[in-house]
Amino acid sequence: MANMQKTEKQEVIYEESILTGDQTHASVHKKITDIVLTRPLEKGWLFALSIALAGLLTLVISIGWLVKKGIGIWGNNNPVGWAFDIINFVWWVGIAHAGTFISAILLLLKQKWRMSISRFSEAMTLFAVACAGTFPIIHLGRIDRAYWLFPYPNTMWMWPQFRSPLLWDVFAVSTYATVSLLFWYTGLIPDLAAMRDQAKEPWKKRIYGALALGWRGSAHHWFRYETACLLLAGLAAPLVLSVHTVVSLDFAVSVLPGWHTTVFPPYFVAGAVFSGFAMVITLCVPIRKWFGIEDLITMKHLDNMAKVIIATGLIVAYGYFMEVFIAWYSGNQYERFLTMNRFVGPYAAFYWALILCNVVIPQLFWIKSVRQNLVWLWVISIVVNIGMWLERFVIIVISLHRDFMPSSWAMYIPKIWDITTFVGSLGLFFTLLILFIRVLPMISIFEVQTIVDSEKKHADKH
Amino acid sequence: MQTNTDENKLYGLIAEFDTPKELTVATKKAYESGYRTMEAYSPFPIHHLHEHLGIKKTRIPLAVLIGGITGTSTGLLMQYWSCVVNYPLNIGGRPYFSWPSFIPICFELTILFAAFAAFFGMLTANGFPRPYHPVFNAKNFERATKDGFFLCVAAEDKIFELEKTRSILKSFNPKEVSEVYP
Repeated sequence: MANMQKTEKQEVIYEESILTGDQTHASVHKKITDIVLTRPLEKGWLFALSIALAGLLTLVISIGWLVKKGIGIWGNNNPVGWAFDIINFVWWVGIAHAGTFISAILLLLKQKWRMSISRFSEAMTLFAVACAGTFPIIHLGRIDRAYWLFPYPNTMWMWPQFRSPLLWDVFAVSTYATVSLLFWYTGLIPDLAAMRDQAKEPWKKRIYGALALGWRGSAHHWFRYETACLLLAGLAAPLVLSVHTVVSLDFAVSVLPGWHTTVFPPYFVAGAVFSGFAMVITLCVPIRKWFGIEDLITMKHLDNMAKVIIATGLIVAYGYFMEVFIAWYSGNQYERFLTMNRFVGPYAAFYWALILCNVVIPQLFWIKSVRQNLVWLWVISIVVNIGMWLERFVIIVISLHRDFMPSSWAMYIPKIWDITTFVGSLGLFFTLLILFIRVLPMISIFEVQTIVDSEKKHADKH
Repeated sequence: MQTNTDENKLYGLIAEFDTPKELTVATKKAYESGYRTMEAYSPFPIHHLHEHLGIKKTRIPLAVLIGGITGTSTGLLMQYWSCVVNYPLNIGGRPYFSWPSFIPICFELTILFAAFAAFFGMLTANGFPRPYHPVFNAKNFERATKDGFFLCVAAEDKIFELEKTRSILKSFNPKEVSEVYP
């Protein structure tokens, strides 16, 4: 198989390639399965897991206290009825979007570079949706009645309000979580079979074997499998665009200045992909180094993701600009007041930090040497994540805290439980992620194998 | 251990190849030789391989279409029935059947049901879950999910004759040809 000649020229070509090193079908398989099956338990991994578990414990305690005492333990007040709960919800749902974008939209666009990062990002999607889903449920106040959100025949003879975007959100997010799980699991089936065949211990063989459902990799299997994957991608692509659209309608359908704008759906979707790709970079940079998979997740992947961040970042910047422009152009005094309140009001620092993080700093990605520098990539990706969190803070808190009537104005200051719940959700996310990377193949083995030969041809040509 | 006895009826003959190209050529030739009950195995999908096995289409897209239509109708009927028939709310004299605001939920349920149809359609068509299959006993078959490419001609094929089929498979220059017992 490995009959290719290594030349100086080829090395240069490989720098731009989505696979580096002398990869064969077997080497890709070994590299990915070894991380799960033969790599020993590392102290570093256990340490990371224990920190994440501490975060998870924080979340459990915070929710427990919330259930006992009620929403009063948070800083939410009148008029700021939505605060950290919804900020975190929107932030997490946004982060989730990158996974589906990579696995569905880039699949339809036949982008081969998605193959190395799709599995991992889809897992990130699932875990981010799990975090996101927590917040709307716990902010209900009466968590035990969360099931009232779903339409079911009941003795009260009542139905949910189907005309409300908040109910659309229930359907959008639960559909999104379900379809992401189906898509992710479908993608895993052939790799679970690979794990089953590679594992030495009988108990591992049994678990992976049961999950692989009897996959044999026959031509019949692959034909139906690829058909199903393509259809799922075709379904997930409009779904992912709809989810953040519906989330934005939670705001846009209201009459509050700062929320009631038509630019919200596209600008929310772009912002979601923007923050999601930033999170993928934040996670990829350390993980590829730690597990030595730089040959599979190459600089080319990081470079492409940085470019997606520039593109979506510009759409988001356009959204910010349009909000300001329309406030002025509409001549509406409340819109103008809101904009001035963002610029120079009590939370102005948050607004300008948001502009710095989301509009100014990501422009550094225009410079190639920045996109090729791991430290810069990692730092800027974190800056974008912070920026997107600030964006939701600006949208939610600044719009709410000074509405139409000055007598109802108030300030919002988070309390300790707001912060612990947020930190706790990070704990939940990282616990799931850290477990995932040692239990399941974090890169799609069979997909990367399909491009081994074509990447080689590509390199040979030059 | 499985042994070659009278009780163990031969499942088929399997040939192992090293590259997807060899497998594709062998499959094509075997089909041309008249074999129909056979199967090609590979660690990753190979373009057009299924066509050489005479596989033309699958009904998964139809299942997805039906799933999608079911989803849309479920969404629409559920909202119509609860908002117009069962629990009408007069909000500022607006129509009970305010269909534009029903679109998002109809859309989400379309996707949800269609995705279920794609997923379960694929599982059903492939006969999953299926924990046991005779081909798992084939020599080196664990390589079928790693870097091995296999062509298995089933003994129940109409023109299957052990020695003749073996020599035909050997003529494709495989790494090895071996017998598979259930």
